[in-house]
Amino acid sequence: MASVDFSPNISSQVDVGKSTVKASTIKAALLELFESNPKLKSYLVNDDGTLRKHVAIVVDGVPVKDRANQSDSISEKSEIFIMQALSGG
Amino acid sequence: MSKRFYAGTRKGLFTFEKDGSKWVQTGWNFPGIQIPAILPDRRDGTLYAVVDHGHFGTKLHRSDDQGETWTELDPPAYPERPEDVPEVLDPFRQVPIPWSLEKVWALESAGPDKGGDLWCGTIPGGLFYSNDRGETWELNRSLWDRPERAKWAGGGYDFPGIHSICVDPRDSQRVVVAISCGGNWITKDGGENWTQGAEGMLYDFMPADQGGADPDGQDPHRMVQCQGQADHFWVQHHCGIFRSKTAADGWEEIKGVSPSAFGFAVAVHPTDSNTAWFAPALKDENRYPADGKFIVNRTRDGGETFEALSKGLPEPPAYDLIYRHALEVDDSGNELIMGSTTGGLWFSDDQGDSWDAISMNLPPVFCLRFS
Repeated sequence: MASVDFSPNISSQVDVGKSTVKASTIKAALLELFESNPKLKSYLVNDDGTLRKHVAIVVDGVPVKDRANQSDSISEKSEIFIMQALSGG
Repeated sequence: MSKRFYAGTRKGLFTFEKDGSKWVQTGWNFPGIQIPAILPDRRDGTLYAVVDHGHFGTKLHRSDDQGETWTELDPPAYPERPEDVPEVLDPFRQVPIPWSLEKVWALESAGPDKGGDLWCGTIPGGLFYSNDRGETWELNRSLWDRPERAKWAGGGYDFPGIHSICVDPRDSQRVVVAISCGGNWITKDGGENWTQGAEGMLYDFMPADQGGADPDGQDPHRMVQCQGQADHFWVQHHCGIFRSKTAADGWEEIKGVSPSAFGFAVAVHPTDSNTAWFAPALKDENRYPADGKFIVNRTRDGGETFEALSKGLPEPPAYDLIYRHALEVDDSGNELIMGSTTGGLWFSDDQGDSWDAISMNLPPVFCLRFS
């Protein structure tokens, strides 16, 4: 399963920590995370499901490309890191 | 409990309480996070704070003990756009207006006969209603679906936004909202039907026949209603000061205002609609007091004349700008509070004749509310 971790900036606001997901895309990974922690959703995505402008997701060191639909693939060994984008200050 | 007010700033929510004749800071919540709107709900003592994270969007928090403890609520959320509802494009940038919350810009109680019901104005232009103290929210589709929304545009932000919500003290079914930039909209049936009321507002930089007098494109920066003369409204508009004596359905421009008719904030006396306060600045993009002389403009005669009030305010040069929600008057009509973009916070207990600095070192002040 892919591993997920968050920057302290997020975990200071929402009760999140290291976890794993079974998903094969970022979109599915986020849905898994939101199912177990509904409060997290509005922190990471807009009402229409697109990634927030100042939220960044990195998979194995590479920023997610499809910020609208999060269709980027992930593998069982992927390491996903979710953090604030410095564009937001 | 002593008299108190709240200041929403760039770096958190500050509480001030009156100690004798002085105001002292007694609380600081959400340190470091933007607070664009506050609602101390006088119906049941609840305190609501809109908490705007730079990275993670807008949240809503509610306190039942005057800010000692807080509960985070789901913020208003736009529904998914139905496939049979076409996209609406920003008229100038030709980009779709998102069905997604960008910012909460106004939060008001829905009236004394409405329990814990709330109205919430947002960017990109949606008006929301809650009938359970903010636990859940519903987008007011009758306003959102108006075809005229295609003429609304952003004013200071990328997308249009509702920043002023006036609930008629005589009849809570009558509500007026002001939009930058979308004029002002009136409902007489609690939000079932809406009509545009901004006839008479106009831009001075744009020919009237090129849209300069189109009510649907107007930019009222802030709209306030006199509680004791509830048909009487004031608007600080992008291009001037306007007054309505017809329940916000039609406006008259106040001309010849010195030193400037531009600004963001306006406050109206609670019982005497002829008395109103403004915080003038130079237009359009300059947005600082003319010649660095920071004043409050007061009229006592419905806009016939204005007095420039500066006693107790910083000596020139001063470049404080007062945002649209940062000039408030209390229920007596005697006490005013005012906060600036450069962290100044002032109090007046004589209707603005003189001011005392409470602090000159706050973060930028977005909004102020008496409890």
